[in-house]
Amino acid sequence: MTSINTQSEPVILEMRSITKEFPGVKALADVNLRVKAGEIHAICGENGAGKSTLMKVLSGVYPYGTYTGDVVYQSQVQQFKDIRASEHAGIVIIHQELALIPELSITENIFLGNEPVKRGVIDWAEARTRTRELLARVGLREDPDTPIKEIGVGKQQLVEIAKALNKSVKLLILDEPTAALNESDSQHLLDLILGLKGRGITSIIISHKLNEIEQIADSITIIRDGKSIETLDVKADGVDEDRIIKGMVGRTLESRFPHHEPKIGDVLFEVKNWTVGHPQVQDRLVCKGSSFFVRRGEIVGFAGLMGAGRTELARSVFGRSYGRYITGSIYKDGKELHLKNVKQAIDAGLGYVTEDRKSLGLNLLDDIKTTTVSAALNKISRHFVVDSNKEFTVAEQYRKSLRTKTPSVEEGVAKLSGGNQQKVVLAKWMFTDPDLLILDEPTRGIDVGAKYEIYGIIQQLANQGRGVIVISSELPELLGLSDRIYTIFEGAITGVLNKDEASQESLMKLMTSARKAAA
Amino acid sequence: MNALKKLFGGNTRQFGMIFALVALIIFFQFATDGRTLTPGNVINLFNGNSYILILAIGMVLVIIAGHIDLSVGSVAAFVGVTVALAIRDWGIPWYAGILLGLGLGVLIGAWQGFWTAYVGIPAFIVTLAGMLLFRGFNQFVGKSNTIPVPGDFQYIGSGYLPEVGPNTGFNNLTLLLGLLGVAFVVFSELRARRTAKALGAEVPEAWVAVTKLVLICGAILYATYLFATGRPGTSFPIPGLILAVLVLVYGFISSKTVVGRHVYAVGGNRHAAELSGVQSKKVNFLVMMNMSVLAGLAGMIFVGRSTASGPFDGVGWELDAIAAVFIGGAAVTGGVGTVIGSIVGGLVMAVLNNGLQLLGVGADLTQIIKGLVLLIAVAFDVYNKSQGKRSIIGMLTQNFNRPSGGTPLQPDEVTSTKETIAREA
Repeated sequence: MTSINTQSEPVILEMRSITKEFPGVKALADVNLRVKAGEIHAICGENGAGKSTLMKVLSGVYPYGTYTGDVVYQSQVQQFKDIRASEHAGIVIIHQELALIPELSITENIFLGNEPVKRGVIDWAEARTRTRELLARVGLREDPDTPIKEIGVGKQQLVEIAKALNKSVKLLILDEPTAALNESDSQHLLDLILGLKGRGITSIIISHKLNEIEQIADSITIIRDGKSIETLDVKADGVDEDRIIKGMVGRTLESRFPHHEPKIGDVLFEVKNWTVGHPQVQDRLVCKGSSFFVRRGEIVGFAGLMGAGRTELARSVFGRSYGRYITGSIYKDGKELHLKNVKQAIDAGLGYVTEDRKSLGLNLLDDIKTTTVSAALNKISRHFVVDSNKEFTVAEQYRKSLRTKTPSVEEGVAKLSGGNQQKVVLAKWMFTDPDLLILDEPTRGIDVGAKYEIYGIIQQLANQGRGVIVISSELPELLGLSDRIYTIFEGAITGVLNKDEASQESLMKLMTSARKAAA
Repeated sequence: MNALKKLFGGNTRQFGMIFALVALIIFFQFATDGRTLTPGNVINLFNGNSYILILAIGMVLVIIAGHIDLSVGSVAAFVGVTVALAIRDWGIPWYAGILLGLGLGVLIGAWQGFWTAYVGIPAFIVTLAGMLLFRGFNQFVGKSNTIPVPGDFQYIGSGYLPEVGPNTGFNNLTLLLGLLGVAFVVFSELRARRTAKALGAEVPEAWVAVTKLVLICGAILYATYLFATGRPGTSFPIPGLILAVLVLVYGFISSKTVVGRHVYAVGGNRHAAELSGVQSKKVNFLVMMNMSVLAGLAGMIFVGRSTASGPFDGVGWELDAIAAVFIGGAAVTGGVGTVIGSIVGGLVMAVLNNGLQLLGVGADLTQIIKGLVLLIAVAFDVYNKSQGKRSIIGMLTQNFNRPSGGTPLQPDEVTSTKETIAREA
């Protein structure tokens, strides 16, 4: 490799004591980041540590003036007022949720907002030619006219990079680039990033997949609770995953979970041969003949990469609220259930806490008490008239028992922090008194302390003899919480491991390879 | 200033729309040399706007659910002409005519609800089609003629409470109604205070409650006085009575019942509502259907008032109703709005209209002023919301509906990591 990295190698970016506050929250406090030209720099930290906020400051999403501190890029203090300004300077960010328009073609997406113009008219021939060149550079063989919606997530990711290259990128920021990719796509992407480095493009990569970071990063900056903790030189410091984790959590893993003695009983809930079709695309299956069971008092984990079909499985079981039902049966306490809508599912004693709290879990216009009772209005109403006194009492009771931090249950849920919002959502489902509660990414976007409390609540629910399913992308979370873990890959259950036989490696293997078990 | 704050629960702006209404009335009272608050004018104002206010009640529910209904004027006209024809040609009695009109409203509403809720066509399109459809039906069925209705049917549009009992110099039934209103307001305030105390929520100081009660009751009694002392033969109008009943019923439904909660939930976040077991299609269907029923009722009241049904009844009503709802604090995106707020919004427009008319301002200028008022009222609300405050009307009605509402809230405290860990350890 013809490395351009030398000892006296210049710094392309320096962020100096960046502080960013939101009303009531200090998202970043005095964060420093130093990125050398031509390196791959990883930023590690737990969810909610402030990684994405930092990148938003860098790329001008939070414009100059809304934060304090300096962004020094190519030896100059920059005052980006929006994304356009930072892109103009050669900083391109590729977000976790891809910013491509599904209906448009690859060419149209790459040149969106940047169309080549000849005499006031878009020169599509030119655009297509350049798209072919760009696609070749990222190693993607697709017709430039193919609509984005027809290519997979992995290829879409490559199109995003091609789009960045088209903007003559100098500093490429990738936010969780491989989160939704399978192993071979991930590897391809990582190779591409290494290739770009060879051509002198600096990359900042945010990822939870520490093995990948270990593989490609030159330096790592660790952020915890909105503060930059340390910057490690991968080769010189001999960094490995454990070292990164230690920096990220600031303590050993064991103490992240409250102590719990499971009291496991009979099989409570069983799903057999569950097959569900994609809601829009004919012939595409999102669940392929999945079978699983949950016992009373048991916390069952579901591990799988994003897009593996975990949420689809959970939601289709929960009153067919997703996809087209094809085959499969559900049993509770040995009796078959026929659930055709969410209401029936709730009445049958099921609850589902969604992964997407803001757009699927909460009505952000509501206050806490309205939200708390919203899935079980019949419990506080007589003749369809809501008893607002009971509503208040119930909400107050959950506020106390879950220790939701709020001045009053009449506060709007939009004003709460992520952890407290999640407690309100949990209260809402606890009030329906479910026998089986499905929690989809229950701690996403929640700070460490609140996570600990939520783990405690989950364990308490299991101790009451309920069944709990926890779906999570964070393997340490599943390992610390679950009594048994199913793995899902491309819509099929590929294995099940007991707590004592599961490890990050064994789970990852099952999560990323074609089915082995589940016959 | 401090006293005002206490009186109105921490934020004087929350009473903005009511203040605006009161200020408007006072302004016109002076500007017109006292011609605004005369019995005759107030009765007129109610008679001439009750059907718009009735539409606003239905419309606010539609808008809370995240839809819009452009067809209400046409539906009102079609129902009006059908009922007028049925009474004239088939000779059915007035009450059967009303039932027929309501039934027709149900059918039309089911039609529009079906397309909106179950086929999934945006209500804007469905009701735009309905606007054309039912206008066409109105002119087709009525052959674009004016069809008169008999005197007993006119009663629902232009009747008054009858004179009964001893001669007190007032209309006794109107007086009774006013006193009932006062009793209701006092009773519900007392009950709200009692439950708030029992639940341990904060209770506003006694003088605050008393002042509030005195103001509200004073307004009711003054209105009663105006209605009860009109020229002989007039008193509280029947359309006003229908409106009052509807406000109470729908105010109750929207704030206190399961169905009402579901309407807000669907409008606020449809997906979240569905995942909480709300059957959103059913809710959307009901809301659209209800709107058409109320449109039918409004159409019949208008026919009763104008003594005949015509081919251009109800033109532009949808816009008046929608304006009332938005002035009253509803959000275009759904999930926000109240029945009371919409009525206040409608009254602001009505008083403006009436006052400008009394001043002899032309229709052209009146429209310009009304347009600006709509824009400014909503802009004010949007600005307030962008500052993280609730909508004016949202706060206003919270104060009315909620036992412990109106206490200034502390800003949210975000869970501090260290604190929690320290507590757990």
